[in-house]
Amino acid sequence: MVKETAWCPGCGNFAILGALQKALAELEIAPQKLVIASGIGQAAKTPHYLPCNFFNGLHGRALPPATAIKAANPELTVIAESGDGDMYGEGGNHFIQTIRRNPDIINIVHNNMVYGLTKGQASPTSQYGMKTPIQVGGVFEEPFNPIVIAVALDAPFVARANAADIEQTKEIIKQAIRHPGYSLIDIFQPCISFNKINTFAWFKEHTYYLDAGYDPRDRQAALAKGLEIDRFPLGVIYRQENRESFNSHHKLTAPLFQSKPDPAKLAALIDSKL
Amino acid sequence: MSKVVARTGNEAMAEAMRQINPDVVAAYPITPATEIVMIFAKYVADGLVDTNFVAVESEHSAMSACVGASATGARVMTGTSSQGLCLMYEILPIAAALRLPIVMCDVNRAISGPINIHCDHSDTMAARDFGWLQIFSEDSQEAYDSLIQAIRIAEDPRVHLPTMVTTDGFIISHCLDRIEIVEDKEVKEFIGGDRKAANSLLDVKKPVSVGLLDLQDYYFEHRLPVAEAMKNSKKVILEVAEEFAKKFGRKYGLYEGYKLDDAEIAIVALGSTCGTAKVVIDELRAKGIKAGMLKIRVFRPFPAEEIAQALANVKAVAVLDRSDMWAGQGGQVFTEIRSALFEAVKKPQLLNYIYGLGGREIDQPMLRSVFTALQSAEKQPLVQYLGVRE
Ligand SMILES: Cc1ncc(C[n+]2csc(CCOP(=O)(O)OP(=O)(O)O)c2C)c(N)n1
Ligand code: SF4
Repeated sequence: MVKETAWCPGCGNFAILGALQKALAELEIAPQKLVIASGIGQAAKTPHYLPCNFFNGLHGRALPPATAIKAANPELTVIAESGDGDMYGEGGNHFIQTIRRNPDIINIVHNNMVYGLTKGQASPTSQYGMKTPIQVGGVFEEPFNPIVIAVALDAPFVARANAADIEQTKEIIKQAIRHPGYSLIDIFQPCISFNKINTFAWFKEHTYYLDAGYDPRDRQAALAKGLEIDRFPLGVIYRQENRESFNSHHKLTAPLFQSKPDPAKLAALIDSKL
Repeated sequence: MSKVVARTGNEAMAEAMRQINPDVVAAYPITPATEIVMIFAKYVADGLVDTNFVAVESEHSAMSACVGASATGARVMTGTSSQGLCLMYEILPIAAALRLPIVMCDVNRAISGPINIHCDHSDTMAARDFGWLQIFSEDSQEAYDSLIQAIRIAEDPRVHLPTMVTTDGFIISHCLDRIEIVEDKEVKEFIGGDRKAANSLLDVKKPVSVGLLDLQDYYFEHRLPVAEAMKNSKKVILEVAEEFAKKFGRKYGLYEGYKLDDAEIAIVALGSTCGTAKVVIDELRAKGIKAGMLKIRVFRPFPAEEIAQALANVKAVAVLDRSDMWAGQGGQVFTEIRSALFEAVKKPQLLNYIYGLGGREIDQPMLRSVFTALQSAEKQPLVQYLGVRE
């Protein structure tokens, strides 16, 4: 597999890459049927290390092309993958509008609570008080809560994972891929170089797995879980199958490259306007 | 008294910002400009400046915040590069139309795609028509000096336009250079205290409206003053440069001629490449070849008449563009110069070389080859790409 990456040795991204590889292998998704759209950042390099089609776009802009790729070829498994800064900051508006639009894609966010690639400034998920070379006096803004926002917008599948737990993360990714409509997986990912607070140990201490009795179909309960921030719940926090997806709304079922003009249909349409 | 220090381009710009002590800085990190605001943020935290530092979630927000703050009468600065500058494009012309003297540290970097973090001038050149003054630097010293001068130029009532001072990504921004910095109080004196805004949102006795709808009836009339101010700014740039030279000894103009007066062949370039070119020119001169250079410092306003005059007696000139317009007729600098020379009775034979895209090295042998080509300019194609694989 991948021999060389641009990641720091020990970065949480390796575990996420491993979990993703396993999930894709177990679901037997062929590389040619997979597209990963990413932005700019350390997390956004993930598709560079996988045998797959990938679309490496701009910082913050992975979701619109991912939506469109899925629309043009519904037979593909489409993943939009990037960091928390990319998806929730620069691309924050796309994040909100994509959940509303509900394309059948998987949105994987490596949440290291910092800007890794640009060397350690606060991101939207940085916790209160975190000191950085830009936020010298500490972060004072309310941390962005992607789980609550996604549940509030009735995203079909909302989960949180911890990079260190490769098996559990893999299972969550598999469920997300199988789930119709938009899926969010926010994965806690230690950035060992630029986030000395939210480390592997910190994430272990500040998280717990939802137990078997938890019902992810209960939206109120999901909102309550999303609001737990002393210890973050891990697992599938919310799921539902009620919403019409972008593809089904537009009746996009076959790849565009296979579609052929239907002269009879066209003639009927012209006649109907005469 | 000035002192000699070692500074990278980014450090030099951050140093100038500290001495300028702007009221508001709004910025978003992007390589290779991140350091400027990171160093500056430390100055804010250490209480060395009185600046309100606004860390935002995108460059679009950064420039919007700059516009908001500047409209209240504040002295405002920011820094960015490449895609960051691209994301500001929507707001840049608004800053100019509202006549807001925002000063930006702009680190020249290639634009996507493909993704590239190294130097060329595509980002800045694409912003050339937004009503911002554009000043290029050959090294850290020029970046430092021009940033201080930019405050005076931008805020001059005859100008009142936003201004960007650029360095070349990594080549200047990250390379250590010997520079002379002047004392804090001298900078303070030079820029002349606080900004004196003619119309400020904070003047309760004189309320103003900003950013109104302006259709067929008056839009045209309201855009023209930007052109007028741009024209006026040439004089102001020269005045400010003269005062700077008197006080601090370093001379600046709209352009710099290097061994140009008696040159038979010459290149036109901007930014860090000019340093390399000077070495090549000295070498050629030692061999008796009359080579020279016209280094453009100010690209906006474009010193068309001045350049036409300066190049009148040169036989052949190669314009070096570190960006392409993708219009099939050469780069931005070339088309400007060609048009500047159109009316001239005496003019050189012109060639254009597009070089250095995405940080592609430009070295002495490459520049030597340009001078060699100039010796038989009439046999050369008009536009060529330099240093690219076929
Ligand atoms: C328009 C634009 N602005 C800024 C940047 C610089 N930049 C690249 S990645 C990044 C943030 C990285 O943080 P995140 O998205 O959380 O990903 P990580 O590197 O932590 O995985 C920034 C600010 C850019 N590439 N484009
Ligand atoms: S900087 Fe942080 S996120 Fe980036 S590779 Fe290194 S450890 Fe990972």
